[in-house]
Amino acid sequence: MKSSLARANDNIQKRHRKAGLFRLLCASVTWLGAALLATLLIQVTLDGIKWLDLQFLTSFPSRFPYKAGVKSALVGTLWLITMIAFISIPIGVATALYLEELSSKGKVGKIIEVNIANLAGVPSIVYGIIGLAIFVRGLGFERSLLSGALTMSLLILPVIIIASREAIKTVPMSIRHAAYALGATKLQTAWAHVLPASFPGILTGVILALSRAIGETAPLIMIGALTYVAFLPEGPMDAFTALPIQIFNWVSRPQQEFHELAAGGIIVLLAVLLTMNATAIFIRQKTEKKLQ
Amino acid sequence: MNTGKFIRCLTATLLIFAVSAFSSLSASAERLRGTVSIDGSSTVFPISEAVAEEFLTVQPRVRVTVGVSGTGGGFKKFLAGETDINDASRPIKMKEVNTSNKNGVGFIELPIAYDGLSVVVNRKNDWVDHLTVEELNKIWQPGSLVKRWSDVREGWPAKEIRLYGPGTDSGTFDYFTETVNGKAGASRPDYTANEDDNALVQGISGDEGSLGYFGYAYYAANKDKLRVVAVDGGKGPVVPTEVTINSGAYAPLSRPVFIYVRPDALDRKEVRAFVNFYIESAPMLATEVGYIPLPDSVYKRAMLRVETREMGTAYHDGAMPQSADLLADKEYPHE
Amino acid sequence: MNEQAMPKPLDVNQDRSGDITRTRARWGEFLIESSLGLCATISIITTSVIIFILARESLGFFATVSPIEFFFGTSWVPLFEPSAYGVLPLLWGTMLITFGAALFAVPTGLASAIYMSEYASPQMRAVIKPVLEVLAGIPTVVYGYFALTFVTPLLRMLMPDLQVFNALSGAIVVGVMILPTIATLSDNALRAVPDSLRQGAYALGATSYEVTTRVVLPAGLSGVMASVLLAISRAIGETMAVTLAAGATPNLSFTFLESIQTMTAYIVQVSMGDTPAGGIAYQTLFAVAALLFVITLILNIVSQWILSKFREVYE
Repeated sequence: MKSSLARANDNIQKRHRKAGLFRLLCASVTWLGAALLATLLIQVTLDGIKWLDLQFLTSFPSRFPYKAGVKSALVGTLWLITMIAFISIPIGVATALYLEELSSKGKVGKIIEVNIANLAGVPSIVYGIIGLAIFVRGLGFERSLLSGALTMSLLILPVIIIASREAIKTVPMSIRHAAYALGATKLQTAWAHVLPASFPGILTGVILALSRAIGETAPLIMIGALTYVAFLPEGPMDAFTALPIQIFNWVSRPQQEFHELAAGGIIVLLAVLLTMNATAIFIRQKTEKKLQ
Repeated sequence: MNTGKFIRCLTATLLIFAVSAFSSLSASAERLRGTVSIDGSSTVFPISEAVAEEFLTVQPRVRVTVGVSGTGGGFKKFLAGETDINDASRPIKMKEVNTSNKNGVGFIELPIAYDGLSVVVNRKNDWVDHLTVEELNKIWQPGSLVKRWSDVREGWPAKEIRLYGPGTDSGTFDYFTETVNGKAGASRPDYTANEDDNALVQGISGDEGSLGYFGYAYYAANKDKLRVVAVDGGKGPVVPTEVTINSGAYAPLSRPVFIYVRPDALDRKEVRAFVNFYIESAPMLATEVGYIPLPDSVYKRAMLRVETREMGTAYHDGAMPQSADLLADKEYPHE
Repeated sequence: MNEQAMPKPLDVNQDRSGDITRTRARWGEFLIESSLGLCATISIITTSVIIFILARESLGFFATVSPIEFFFGTSWVPLFEPSAYGVLPLLWGTMLITFGAALFAVPTGLASAIYMSEYASPQMRAVIKPVLEVLAGIPTVVYGYFALTFVTPLLRMLMPDLQVFNALSGAIVVGVMILPTIATLSDNALRAVPDSLRQGAYALGATSYEVTTRVVLPAGLSGVMASVLLAISRAIGETMAVTLAAGATPNLSFTFLESIQTMTAYIVQVSMGDTPAGGIAYQTLFAVAALLFVITLILNIVSQWILSKFREVYE
């Protein structure tokens, strides 16, 4: 019969072993996730890299895999980013500014806040349906860049508002108080002092929101972008295609070559996203130092 | 201005006029601009896509879009004036002709190629040698209780039969159901229905007990993944090939496929040029894609129809064309 | 002392309407403030428009189809004759995918969150956090590609009877998709638990396992639950991966190995070439979308409510 001290020691060792196992479990699961990501990316790269060359980037889609390329899709995506940025950034930042600086933070403000949080969680395909009903059919914009940009802007507007609000919140009150003390109105303070101070944070949030918009496929399918398009759009009312749509199109085909083309398209899309994210992080790091 | 300078100016101006007059004479050098919007059948899509791609090399400034809404869905848009050309794997229906009259939107019917609608099974399926039309009907009729291959024919394995086919917007669906089940649109609903024929190929190629149907081109492009089934229409089992479709031996599932063009769209130069190019290149591109070209006389007739803007359909009795139809001989009523 | 020489204290809100130079600025400011306020109302307008359009078309749909058939019918055959409009197969397809995804993602995500907040060194954290952010930013069509070209073939090697389009592949990739959401949000929730609680437990002789499971997790439970609900809401709304991988057969089967159709996949597949307006097909789109909207809305609201009601506030 062990002494109570020995039993206590046994017990402690057992519990510590359990803790060690638990730690190992958590660690391996986490690294499993990382390994999964690595597998996915390596897989995509291996599949697509052989198609990735200048010809791929400068050719239109074709029924022949060796001739096909992402030119119209890439240009369409770039058009979309620009138009979405023009539409959603002013409205989003203005809304955030208003909610943080100018509104009285009463009941109405609370309602708007809850409303925006809910809008952020609405599935993207619902935005697609709304875009179909309002922009394509209601306003008669048909399958144009304008319909696509407006629909996507609605989608990422809540994200921009939330991110901008977070950025504005981090601006120290001292800046505001200093401005008020010098006789500035709320609007002047907001425009000339708070906005510039929160600009980097807003920019980061905006870039991340835009990168989300680029990857969305479902809303674009709903507004009818799933067609064969072998030209570059020349204006906002033109028909278009985009990278995620082209990828989806190629993945849907049963031939192996088209799957590899899809992988190539994915690499291009991820490259665009990576660039945008890296820019956002770069800006954030550069300006965090400044504020310090 | 002195005389010398005047003469130089005049010469320059005359030269410019001459050059531009000369270049506008050669029609192929004329750079057209504009849009051509096409939608409709997924069966005809490979042809339209090929034509659009080749047309790009001739007229790079004309923007052609090709959608895949299905023959029925495409007609809805076509008759609302939203598209210029409708790809169709079946003739226009009476209902659609009525809509056309109501909306005041005319249509010109242009046959483009022959298709042997193919019934396919998985590569690993080694028990099906052929299927009769009666057996197809047994499998696909509304309310069909066929669940296993053994229900279709004695001696076949009791493997579960899984069905794949086009959806209700598809002309291929209309054609198959009318030919096999006797009424367009009459079909059992419990199958994987997808307007996208590519998805059907993917599904069938991975499913041992599967059975599906779609245009021949999708089989031809995936011969390594699928096995085509010989169909017995009463005269013995026939496998669809270029020869048997052309000769009419592959019956009753051989059919012409069409494009329908709006006469008012033909007022636009770019649409006119595109349609002419379509008919000219149809024999070559249809073959490339996997379909069967029509006799030359039919294409000539089609060209004439475009020239004269001859509207109307040869199938106004509502019956689906069988392979024995030689469209060149059919009388087209003048609307 | 001359009283009038004392300067008046500066009052920001003092009414200066008599000051001419300020009046013009006042009007300009009023305009700008109003336009900013107008922008803020756009979000309210958006919600109202969404609800209005979904409601209008759904009401049109329910004029033809009885709600009882819609909500309780077990057969979804909207485009054939004879038609049936029971949404349960679609709902079941969505639930199957979501349940499978959660089965994979919740334990994994939670374990990763625990590892990051309790065990990992700052250097490891600096590596894993960006990895998770990248995972979260991958477009969903890429997951669809992954399912078709990697997961399904792998599964078919293990289970040769598996169909090409099946619910299991869809569930797995959706699980991978929502994993970062659960991991990052739970990590935030666990980190918010003050260290003093942990130190107190350690001081009493607890092991790290006991501290985590009996002190930290219960304290951060509301945040964890909110993150799970949010992730589930994302899984329900996921479209591209299930469209590509899970199939197009509305199916009330209990197995993961068959082809199914989710609500989102139905919406996409019906309108693949954009559905012409009017008619029952168009209306089914909105009825299903309305159901989707309501479900995700409820999940989001409950998630926010849990966060606000049950969050334990320390200092």
